[in-house]
Amino acid sequence: MSRVNRATAAQSLSVSLTVGAYGVAFGAASVAAGFTVWQSCLLSLLTFTGASQFAVVGVLGAGGSAISGIATATLLGVRNTLYGLRMAPVLNVKGLRRIFAAQLTIDESTGVALSQEKIGLREMRQGFWLTGFGVFIFWNIFTLAGALGAQAMGDPAAWGLDAAVPAAFLGLLWPRLINKTDRFLAVAACALALAMTPYFVPGVPIISTALLAVFFGLRARVWK
Amino acid sequence: MEIDLIDPFWLAVIGTSVLAFLLKYLGHNVPKSWLSNPRILKINSLIPIALLSALVAVQSFTKDSRLIADQRLAGVGVAVLALILRAPFPVVVISAAATSAALFHLN
Repeated sequence: MSRVNRATAAQSLSVSLTVGAYGVAFGAASVAAGFTVWQSCLLSLLTFTGASQFAVVGVLGAGGSAISGIATATLLGVRNTLYGLRMAPVLNVKGLRRIFAAQLTIDESTGVALSQEKIGLREMRQGFWLTGFGVFIFWNIFTLAGALGAQAMGDPAAWGLDAAVPAAFLGLLWPRLINKTDRFLAVAACALALAMTPYFVPGVPIISTALLAVFFGLRARVWK
Repeated sequence: MEIDLIDPFWLAVIGTSVLAFLLKYLGHNVPKSWLSNPRILKINSLIPIALLSALVAVQSFTKDSRLIADQRLAGVGVAVLALILRAPFPVVVISAAATSAALFHLN
């Protein structure tokens, strides 16, 4: 392996630590939703994509079925396909390495890799692998810590965990609300999900808002 | 260790993990032209906004399929305030938890 660019390594490490620490919130949310500590850790090891993990525990925690939980999580994971598409020619790996690369393809590894584009291809690769492995390690350690902590706490509401979970989602969502369309969609999705809640089984109101995203996506091109 | 696939929690863990990996792996294996339609890219960027917003709303305002305003709502309100003030993520989460817990114990 060629020499590691120091700035790339520093950026990878800081992203890994910051994002990995969110794992505490996930581990706690997962146990509060009714998953075991072991199941929470498996979700972080195997699913390894934050928004999807929060979604599946959120849907099941609200009483939704496994199918609606899986469907919501999977829709949130589609963006990783697009990241893979972008990263494949940069990484140029085959076989087992491609499998590892796929598992590590998330917001952060892709983000750091793309931010090294001006420096060079070698730094893009380093950014991807360092951030991917870094987030993987910290995310899993912190998930275990959060899950064990929540298990020791007892009633999640007594510790405010029932508000910490939607607050964590909000923290993930906030930076994505860039323009008017995004904000309008966010408000519309809240309204639709709440309006449907009394009449549909849990999980369905959440996943139904994907149709709003499709509608807004089709309209967005007309506005351009 | 017994893994019961009928158990919704195990089904969710395994189903979500398998599909998450397949989606990631697909990206590394399909020709770029397949997914470069700008309309698909736009919709793909909007889907997380819709789903995450809906999750926040459902977790803040509902309980057992009923609309309800309780201590969680106050906690999330404080989180919104923290986000507007550009507080870092841990501050957002902890201030929400502290508010909700305080109101829970007052009741």
